[in-house]
Amino acid sequence: MSSFRRNTLGLGAALAALAVAAPLVPRWALFLVVISLAKGLVALGLLLLMRTGLVSFGQGLYFATGAYAAGVAANTFHLGDGVILVLAGGLAAAAVAAVLGLLLARYRAIFFAMLSLAFSMILYGLLVKTSALGSTDGFNVAPKTVFGLSLSAATGPGRYGVYALAALCAFGTAVAVDRYLRSYLGRLAPAVRDNELRVEYMGASVRNVVHLNLIIAGALAGVGGAVTALAVGHVDPEMAYWTTSGEFVFVAILSGTASVAAPFAGALLLELLRSFAYEHAPNTWQLVMGSAMLAVILFLPDGLWSVFRRRRRAAA
Amino acid sequence: MSTILAVLVDGVIYASWLFIIAAGLTIIYGVMRILNMAHGSLYALGAYAAASLAGAWLRAGLAPMASYAILVLSAVLVGVTVGPLIERGLLRYTYGRDEVVLVLVTYALFLIIEDSVKLVWGVESYFISEPYSLLGNVELGALSYPVYSGVLVLAAVAVGVALRYGIYGTRYGKLLIAVIHDREVSATLGINVNRIYLVTFTLGTTLAAIGGALTAPTVSVVPGMGVEVIVLAFAVVVIGGLGSMPGAALGALIVGLVRSAAVHFFPQVELFSIYVVMALVLAIRPRGLFVAAEARKI
Repeated sequence: MSSFRRNTLGLGAALAALAVAAPLVPRWALFLVVISLAKGLVALGLLLLMRTGLVSFGQGLYFATGAYAAGVAANTFHLGDGVILVLAGGLAAAAVAAVLGLLLARYRAIFFAMLSLAFSMILYGLLVKTSALGSTDGFNVAPKTVFGLSLSAATGPGRYGVYALAALCAFGTAVAVDRYLRSYLGRLAPAVRDNELRVEYMGASVRNVVHLNLIIAGALAGVGGAVTALAVGHVDPEMAYWTTSGEFVFVAILSGTASVAAPFAGALLLELLRSFAYEHAPNTWQLVMGSAMLAVILFLPDGLWSVFRRRRRAAA
Repeated sequence: MSTILAVLVDGVIYASWLFIIAAGLTIIYGVMRILNMAHGSLYALGAYAAASLAGAWLRAGLAPMASYAILVLSAVLVGVTVGPLIERGLLRYTYGRDEVVLVLVTYALFLIIEDSVKLVWGVESYFISEPYSLLGNVELGALSYPVYSGVLVLAAVAVGVALRYGIYGTRYGKLLIAVIHDREVSATLGINVNRIYLVTFTLGTTLAAIGGALTAPTVSVVPGMGVEVIVLAFAVVVIGGLGSMPGAALGALIVGLVRSAAVHFFPQVELFSIYVVMALVLAIRPRGLFVAAEARKI
């Protein structure tokens, strides 16, 4: 069995587990999973960038773009269905990434990180000052249906609409990204990270590879933002603030670049940790997060997922 | 006319404040190649220490004029304790790693310090306005400015002059320049690079803390006050060129004037005008105004 097929089966099994778990777990846990999947989507985009050797401190830009696009599509254009809203979010963020990518694709290392941070802060500043979009308060987003099923009904399958949408988005993108990583363009990314000049000597365009990965990462962050907007029912400028982007970087570092499932697992771990930390010690949450991040960077440079991989290699 | 004067004066005051903070950030990057995300938290630490110590001093009824010395003293205290603690306790294990990894390390440090501050000082806000109001106001044409702002400008000039003399005028500064140019060759020539790193980081931390301590009388010291400062200081050093001291000065002036012009003429663009300038500068000069582009290595 090829490793792609094995990965797809594994992801399918995870999807099935999510479907089976839905009626069994309480509402707050469902919400937690939806948020984790949404953040996992953003981190999956960061994984693509990190494979290219880039760390973006501005994914909040695309996250917020996706969320606001979904919100505007729902409120202004009265597009009710969650599927369309998520698509709108992803497309809007991809479009923004395509334009900014013209500039961003020229930068590397620390300058890429700083410029992406600057762009996200520009959006933050714009959103805070735009009264039509609710300024600092943001606005509410109320999707009516998902897959044509009403979300307002107290019983029936509509209750799980956003959850199912998030799970399907995560599954679909994970399989697609897994496929992409095995393609010609996907394999070029680590080569770009290792040595750009040699990649260009061999006839490939480094800038196009970087630009493409930027757009995909942007689209993924946009979908994640739209899913978050649907789940929370609210969007605000904080989504574009640099600390939001920092949290995505945290998830990506925690997960490492070894597997497309890792960002989702990492995001779930983060959300679980956060819920418990908020419950027991609300003022030490960042302390825990920072210490965990330091520990991972110092002792597990390839992310938590590398523990599994090392064990597997030792067994083989 | 008075509007233009106001823009200029406000801009220079804001630039002075920014320069003190950005100078620390840029010297750490210049010598150690660490873009210190925790710089804003060290700024906040300085503000908290100043608010507590100067506050205690004034409550004890001691000479209020001496509170200025207390402000600076508390910042130096933060610098010489927290700086070495971070450098010896954490950063030295990460030398040689990728620059971006070091950004992440200091980002983690930022998270840790933010909460440590909350644990030590709680979440309520602190005020010490005496040093601010003590000096009174001065009339500039039709406008009235607090004399304390002038103190801030003088402090920035003093920091700039002292750094310039320290780097170009002393033996230790020359060693510093050698390390900036080539760490390994400096080490083989017998320069104690580890000590230079320690001194540099402590100096940078102290500058951040001084920035915070001098700001403490003008604002309420609250949790999260360092979060926005760090992205502003980033904008300054990126505009000027990472690691360049004249760059930090020019960057601070540009950011200060752009912001005060935005506040006076287009208040709705205040927040992001700075980042627009930063994005523009990076688009035209990818490494900032004072740093030349580097050739790519094979």
